[in-house]
Amino acid sequence: MLKILPKIRRPVRCLSAVVAARNEGFAKVMQSDLLAFENFLGKDGVQKDDISNHITDWTGQFKGHGSVVLYPKSTEEVSAILAYCSRNKIAVVPQGGNTGLVGGSIPVHDEVVLSMNKINKQFSFDDTMGILQCDAGFILEELDNKLAKLGYMMPFDLGAKGSCQIGGNVATCAGGIRLIRYGSLHAHLLGLTVVLPDEQGSVLHLGSSIRKDNTSLHTPHLFLGSEGQLGVITSVTMTAVPKPRSVQSAMLGVESFKKCCEVLKLAKSSLSEVISSFEFLDADIMECLKSNLDLHPVLSKSTPFSILVETSGSNEDHDMEKMSAFLDECLSKNLILDGVLAGSSADAANMWKLRESAPLAVTRDGYVYKHDVSLPLENYYELTNVMKARCGDLAKRVVTYGHLGDGNTHLNITAGKRCEELEELMYPFLYEWVVAHGGSISAEHGIGQLKLPYSNLGKESEERLLTKKLKNIFDPNGILNPYKMI
Amino acid sequence: MKILVGVKRVVDYAVKIRVKPDRSGVVTEGVQHSMNPFDEIALEEAVKLKEKKLATEVVAFSLGGPKSAEVLRTALAKGADKAIHVQVSDDEAGKLESFHVAKTLQKIVEQEKFDAVFLGKQAIDDDSSQTAPILAGLLDWPQALYASKVEEGGSGHMKVTREIDGGLDTIKVKVPFVLSADLRLNEPRYATLPNIMKAKKKPLKNIPIKDLGVDITPQTETVEVTEPPVRKAGGFVEDVSALVAKLKEKGFVKA
Repeated sequence: MLKILPKIRRPVRCLSAVVAARNEGFAKVMQSDLLAFENFLGKDGVQKDDISNHITDWTGQFKGHGSVVLYPKSTEEVSAILAYCSRNKIAVVPQGGNTGLVGGSIPVHDEVVLSMNKINKQFSFDDTMGILQCDAGFILEELDNKLAKLGYMMPFDLGAKGSCQIGGNVATCAGGIRLIRYGSLHAHLLGLTVVLPDEQGSVLHLGSSIRKDNTSLHTPHLFLGSEGQLGVITSVTMTAVPKPRSVQSAMLGVESFKKCCEVLKLAKSSLSEVISSFEFLDADIMECLKSNLDLHPVLSKSTPFSILVETSGSNEDHDMEKMSAFLDECLSKNLILDGVLAGSSADAANMWKLRESAPLAVTRDGYVYKHDVSLPLENYYELTNVMKARCGDLAKRVVTYGHLGDGNTHLNITAGKRCEELEELMYPFLYEWVVAHGGSISAEHGIGQLKLPYSNLGKESEERLLTKKLKNIFDPNGILNPYKMI
Repeated sequence: MKILVGVKRVVDYAVKIRVKPDRSGVVTEGVQHSMNPFDEIALEEAVKLKEKKLATEVVAFSLGGPKSAEVLRTALAKGADKAIHVQVSDDEAGKLESFHVAKTLQKIVEQEKFDAVFLGKQAIDDDSSQTAPILAGLLDWPQALYASKVEEGGSGHMKVTREIDGGLDTIKVKVPFVLSADLRLNEPRYATLPNIMKAKKKPLKNIPIKDLGVDITPQTETVEVTEPPVRKAGGFVEDVSALVAKLKEKGFVKA
């Protein structure tokens, strides 16, 4: 997931070449419906004007045509709306912070936007067990700040943390830069309150608020990464992790991709329980950072690859000793050409700025084709080389950065402006190549609208069918977040 | 020219400072420390002068508890040739004053014959900004404080530019001299891993404070350390007339 949200507008891009036609089975929102909504929510819970923020995604790639945004303040109000919409066949799109990257949280046609912004009152935390229970509309950073006072933090970190909401994080199974240490959200989710889009607006309390409960199907986990297809999450129960007291960062220059993998292997064994990030940047993105943002590398000489490794622990002496031993071994085994160990938080901030500014740097080239795929490490960088050869001069740059420790690559191909010839060379070739080499076409951003045309790639038709059947059970009238994912 | 550079181990600038519950000081245990940023700049300038062949040797100095050795190792990795650690206990280190540091530096300068002492303009923990001028007084050397540019000045002098309110002040000082570094003097380099490795082999001399005969009895007593007052949360008013009424009520506008 992106770590920063650059405030820029990119031109509209239609990767999913044709937008699905409006399903005429859905009713159009009438005056009587608006009155009903006002009846459930009060006048201030129904917004008809100034809604462009809610029907456009932040990348500017997707724009819908919704005409109304609803702001329920409680689970009961969500239930009333969903029951009404289900009975009247009104399509609904649930929306958190609207920071997704695949057009999943905005209307495609005239769906009603169900904003979670006002469901953000209830918060409780058990600081012995580290269990958090809160409303779905809390912003990730707000939660992190609340937990920091109690010596804890959220087990994941995203660039969008100032805007994204915990409910949306669960619905998209957000990844981020701490995944290598704390695992995905599956490792942390305990329970959910969800409202189903059925004719009763059923409210379900799934899972529990204790760490161990093996008494049922693990139903809350069905909603992780469900992209708003199954129900609306209104409350989340999950574990938080103790806030580290010592954070160390180092940037390493490496000669070949093979050696990057060896450094990763060594880092996993020698930094083991304290490693918290292992990020990867190639020379092309470093060059892009320099020429587009005037950000200079921290290493004195340019190297084919750079690795940013971070540890988080509870004891500075212990962590430094491990980090020093790890770096010593990297040097003595000739795994790295050069390296810098952050001596202060300012040094560390400069290193992270390079990694975090990468998504912004590529946009300055004019037009950027972003990718979020995961691959077995033996094919991780091969994809970049294959695409470089394939795109040739049509591409301005082919750059790669990503979470190497998770096998997740953000391959970005830039051009001065949108280029159909280039698109034809890239798609569906790139996604087919990824699947043929055992990867996933969407490592963390999801499917949404953007990757719907390719959603069959790498998934057996039986699995797709099963998902459709599941969707029907939860959403019998198919009103929730249509035209996407499933 | 042989340069002595003072480097102090301080709580990292990004750490949120917490006051100890008994209000005797701030919490320094278990928080990240690094080299005082202004000392980093002083060190960088000395190393640059050596690279320009204007200096022959750069020696890093720190007065502090056992962990001050870490910042000296960093200084060695960033280009210092040797390091001197004048040792006190952590308890004593917490009570050191600029005067004690200047007295200790004076002893080292007299023992090892330096031509210049470079210091940061202030340490970010106590903000005293006193060590450089006191040291210049003790040594009876000229001082170039808040330097933003250092150049060869000809015939045994250095030319130093200082940023002052509304302009620049350029002075010439006769070597030997004391210099304090301002923020814009340079951008310190990183300690690279190969240099960190090399630094492990560079000499680091330990001198217990008592061997220098410097009296570090505190001259001041810390009565109390308190946090800044917490800003009170504001409120919202319905409209302009309510705002005006509030302002009148509080006496901020005339009724």
